[in-house]
Amino acid sequence: MNGYNGKILRVNLKAKTIKTEELNEDLAKKYIGGRGLGTKIMMDEVDPQVDALSPENKLLIVTGPMTGNPVATGGRYMVVTKSPLSGTIASSNSGGRWGAELKFAGYDVIIFEDKADEPVYLSIEDDKVELLSAEDLWGTTVSVTTKKLEEKHVKGSKVLTIGPAGENLSKIAAILNDEDRAAGRSGVGAVMGSKNLKAIVVKGSGKPKVFDDEKLKEMNKAQLSKIKENGVTGQGLPTYGTAVLVNILNELGTLPTNNFLLSQFAKAEDISGEALAEKYLIKNTACYRCPIACGRYVKMEAGEGGGPEYETLWAFGSDCGINDLKSIIEANYWCNEMGLDTISAGATIAAAIELKQKGYIKDDELDGLKLEFGNATDIMEWTKRMGYRQGLGNKMAEGSYRLAEGYGVPELSMTVKKLELPAYDPRGIQGQGLQYATTNRGGCHVRGYLISPEILGLPEQLDRFATEGKETWAKIFQDLTATIDSLGVCLFTSFALGAGDYADMCNVITGSDHTADSILEAGDRIWNLEKMFNLKAGIDSSQDTLPKRLLDDPIAEGPSKGWTTKLDEMLPKYYQARGWSPEGIPTEEKLKSLGL
Amino acid sequence: MISIEIRYFATLRRNGLKKEVLTFEEGISVSKVLSEILIEEKDVAILLVNGIKVSFDKELKDGDIVALFPPVGGG
Repeated sequence: MNGYNGKILRVNLKAKTIKTEELNEDLAKKYIGGRGLGTKIMMDEVDPQVDALSPENKLLIVTGPMTGNPVATGGRYMVVTKSPLSGTIASSNSGGRWGAELKFAGYDVIIFEDKADEPVYLSIEDDKVELLSAEDLWGTTVSVTTKKLEEKHVKGSKVLTIGPAGENLSKIAAILNDEDRAAGRSGVGAVMGSKNLKAIVVKGSGKPKVFDDEKLKEMNKAQLSKIKENGVTGQGLPTYGTAVLVNILNELGTLPTNNFLLSQFAKAEDISGEALAEKYLIKNTACYRCPIACGRYVKMEAGEGGGPEYETLWAFGSDCGINDLKSIIEANYWCNEMGLDTISAGATIAAAIELKQKGYIKDDELDGLKLEFGNATDIMEWTKRMGYRQGLGNKMAEGSYRLAEGYGVPELSMTVKKLELPAYDPRGIQGQGLQYATTNRGGCHVRGYLISPEILGLPEQLDRFATEGKETWAKIFQDLTATIDSLGVCLFTSFALGAGDYADMCNVITGSDHTADSILEAGDRIWNLEKMFNLKAGIDSSQDTLPKRLLDDPIAEGPSKGWTTKLDEMLPKYYQARGWSPEGIPTEEKLKSLGL
Repeated sequence: MISIEIRYFATLRRNGLKKEVLTFEEGISVSKVLSEILIEEKDVAILLVNGIKVSFDKELKDGDIVALFPPVGGG
């Protein structure tokens, strides 16, 4: 199989059996890889109604046909499972080098089944695959585990691991690879922890076959030049990273502040990409074969390390009313050490602050720690307590929805399908609001980044306050993203590349005959399959909505003053654009047309 | 005469200048302001006046805030 290795590694953690199976070529073609192939395997092998933290759930690590192949950003993998946070299908994407290394070792997919009796980790060195004891690693932080395993195993081994948060089944736990790259969202780290699986170490010496080497060179030249010449991928992201968005969103009056009570932060400049570059940046970092290099390597208390992304600057910054950049960098570090999703962790602290402010959380629950908007004193400590489930941190480890629900006010949680919303106030960006409401994994921005046309003007400028036509934009962006996530390349390439470029990639690497249209159709198929998983899991379209605050409370001040998200105007048209019933259910006809 | 606050972001910050208030003739367009502050339109990807996206021919009034961004992105 060109592009793929054609091999699945199936690991039963209870029985301690490891089998190699052939990857079905037809399935790989139809669902591409990563998110698509992972969802198909979940649909075929796991009852969507299963308890996500029970042994019956499976944990899938799925590469795409581009992963480990010589195309721009071809190093990404997906963790696919059922989410313990949202109850939906979860697929969390990560970069770094680990995914490519798995491909070099000769595998496309790992399926973990059941639960180990004792803590274990999986070691992969090409054909030598073993389950080893992780007793001495259990309880250690991500950097400690990573270093220990790198020292123990053959030089160049790459490590994927959970931290204490995953071990302690925090529903906002992430899986980290290469120390600071995260498959962050949906609580996938807790699923790994529930299986007593601490880490996966991998070293490979092979590489997958490419269909057409000559055309590959030609295509890479053209695509790399598009990426370099594009203002965002060639200039904006390399210079300032994602953090550059802080000031833009703030100037537009759409930077959520104080748990979305406000939409502008007076001290945004202090936590901006510009401030990060000026005061803390040491160098850029890049994932496997990435010409963009948006990663930030920064100075911090513990020395040097991976710096915060835009979302993290927002979650621990303006969402908590905090302008102390040094503390945010430290909180980011501790999220990585604990193995926590920085978006959900920061947003859960923000929700806890509002619960405290409104009198739901009492002083005697705080153990003397500060929990106030604008007070950075204890955000690191709260982060650690979430990871270790200590004190109030035990409730916070469940995510903001369950935290707020526990006090009888779930509406104070800024979540969709129980997943914390990221750093864009959808009241001032209507299409993004529709996108948030309809995303299969819940409150997420990277399943259809309408910020691109509505704010950045790419590929064309849309009126951010208009609702007209947003259903079509949402569908196209969601479908294209589903394909990109399945190919194994970075979503950021889509600032410079279009559906036709991804078709070229797939054709040159795998020998497929995709067109721009068929690439989008593949994404549509994946989107519908995810929706079907959710419906079978009991997550119906009544959950395609937003927190009450965003629907009912207009933005009080600034350039987006007076706006709420007009979801009721957009949602029926979106269902229609998808070919679904007015109740938001894929019709038989639609599913048939997609071969589902 | 009118006073306009100009906010510079990312690579459009020269010598660390984040913002300044300048005085112009009434009815001046953003385009003319840019030529006076020696910034080329092609280097401005996002142009906001009082937080709202506008085109370069937008006429300014007293107290307007002009925010200038180069091509940027993220997620």
